[in-house]
Amino acid sequence: MLLFLLRRLSTFLPTFLGVTVVSFAFVRLLPGDPILLLAGERGVSPERYAQLLAKFGFDQPLWRQYIEYLGGVLSGDFGVSFSTKRPVLDEFFTLFPATLELSITAMILAVALGIPAGVIAAVNRGKLFDQALMTTALIGYSMPIFWWALLLIITFSSGLGWTPVSGRISLMFFFDDVTGFMLIDSLLSGQKGAFASAVSHLILPTIVLATIPLAVIARQTRSAMLEVLGEDYVRTARAKGLSPARVNGIHALRNAMIPVITVIGLSVGTLLAGAILTETIFSWPGIGKWMVDSIFRRDYQAVQGGLMLIAAIVMIVNLIVDLLYGFINPKIRKG
Amino acid sequence: MSLLEIRNLTVEFRTASGLFRAVDSVDVTVENGDLLAIVGESGSGKSVSMLAVMGLLPWTANITADKMEFDGHDLRSLSAKARRQIVGKDISMIFQEPMSSLNPCFNVGYQIKETLRIHMGMGRRERHTRAVELMTQVGIPDPEKRLSAFPHQMSGGMSQRVMIAMALACKPKLLIADEPTTALDVTIQAQILDLLTDLQETTDMALILITHDMGVVAETVDRVMVQYAGQRVEEQMVDKLFANPHHPYTTALLAALPERAQSRHLPTIPGVVPGQFDRPQGCLFSPRCQFADARCKSQPPGRAGQELGSVLCHYPLVDGAPLNKEAS
Repeated sequence: MLLFLLRRLSTFLPTFLGVTVVSFAFVRLLPGDPILLLAGERGVSPERYAQLLAKFGFDQPLWRQYIEYLGGVLSGDFGVSFSTKRPVLDEFFTLFPATLELSITAMILAVALGIPAGVIAAVNRGKLFDQALMTTALIGYSMPIFWWALLLIITFSSGLGWTPVSGRISLMFFFDDVTGFMLIDSLLSGQKGAFASAVSHLILPTIVLATIPLAVIARQTRSAMLEVLGEDYVRTARAKGLSPARVNGIHALRNAMIPVITVIGLSVGTLLAGAILTETIFSWPGIGKWMVDSIFRRDYQAVQGGLMLIAAIVMIVNLIVDLLYGFINPKIRKG
Repeated sequence: MSLLEIRNLTVEFRTASGLFRAVDSVDVTVENGDLLAIVGESGSGKSVSMLAVMGLLPWTANITADKMEFDGHDLRSLSAKARRQIVGKDISMIFQEPMSSLNPCFNVGYQIKETLRIHMGMGRRERHTRAVELMTQVGIPDPEKRLSAFPHQMSGGMSQRVMIAMALACKPKLLIADEPTTALDVTIQAQILDLLTDLQETTDMALILITHDMGVVAETVDRVMVQYAGQRVEEQMVDKLFANPHHPYTTALLAALPERAQSRHLPTIPGVVPGQFDRPQGCLFSPRCQFADARCKSQPPGRAGQELGSVLCHYPLVDGAPLNKEAS
């Protein structure tokens, strides 16, 4: 097990290094000059421009900038945002709980609906439920997210008035950040209605963000289950006189979980990418929206730092997924 | 009352190209403590009839029978739930591929104890004691430790022993062993067969052994039923069958045993079992039968009396020569 972990970690570091190169290069490939954007409409004198270039280190050759930046990153310093003058790491972790909260609720929704739906579809292969579910999943998967979000807002927020249009909580409530998670903080504040307000703000963004992972998980569960249901050990389980719920839900599903948790792990990347659109549409104050704003401001430090941190999170989640394989199917631990 | 009584069992599969008849009006009778072998080559429907008894056939199977009773229960009218209380408890089954028949995600102990919990409602400690006892009974060394082993950590022979332990967990009245030794190597085959017959003797359960290996049959069972293309073509006590087979198919199977070969070349049966599209009109074995004539090819044969092994043949063989042939 330890060896397995070490082997996985040894691929982790080069990948992370690659990510730093890509994110560093990416922001510099963006057209637009950060100093001109910073100066605004009034412009800047050539002397002042040169001075600012030197101040931010942009007069150095690229490789040198990269080395210095990498040195900073490895010692935990992700630089300071041009636009807010606050350390990138602080900015990120102030906003991250909002994204995390939304991602977690979306993932819970996707897993809690997707896995049972896939199992039921596989067991009832070819029947009406299966066909209806797979068609729905395909629609969910191929639908443009922003359009789906707008459709929900028009129907449930402007039309029926059931849910708020944007934000994390109604403006009537104000309390201190304790955990950064609105659901928990609103409960801790003890203010009447605060929790309900937080929940109502979460509903639509959660549905929107969960749509694609839900479709992917349901389809993957179905196909993995179909494969497993033909296996000898499933016949053995039935020959033991076990109930269909035990046969399908325990003996078959556990074996089918390997590809399913793989897509769950990969969905974390999709979720964080999806968060950028979803947060922008719902004005959700998370890192997705922050990244978009930073890109528009050509805030090099913020964009590259954000990219790197998101990449690191996705990589860590997938590392955890790899470790989970061994727990689900002990046969894999050997390999 | 017999333990298992099946009359006129027919199983047909609905396929994209029409119905395929895998089992064709088969009768099986098993008494308490019986030792029966069902013999036939691949595709002769031996497993299918037993899977029908277990209720393990896929939903594409149409099962019809005049009678299908186990221990007083009519298996045809039993609800799925009531059937699950018999299956795995009073009738259990082991399969051809022991390695893939155990669930790779659960340890052996879990898989054995699961049966004990579902059918016997035993408590944790009781289950553990019984599991160790079962592992010892099937000859697994160091049973306490082996309970926490996973299937991939065991050999094929060990896995089959675990399967047998699992099948014996609730002291079944009938054990169906579907080619239990086919996937194992020869020395292990003998050990597993010995184990099965020993257990059959000591526990007094009935055993149905499905096999294509006449050699296995000779050393193991009391009574033999020969199945061909889904039909029961002959049934005799094992010594009589070997001494005087009445069906040309049985004769050909026996002649193909290396131990009985008389020439340098091992005799074979030409051709294969008829499938969905090449089913002959008359006797199903006629295309491959060395005694077949025009009558065999055009009319399905009737069944002979018990003195001739209930053989399904126009010209049953007696001492190697076809009967009634001159008469026709």
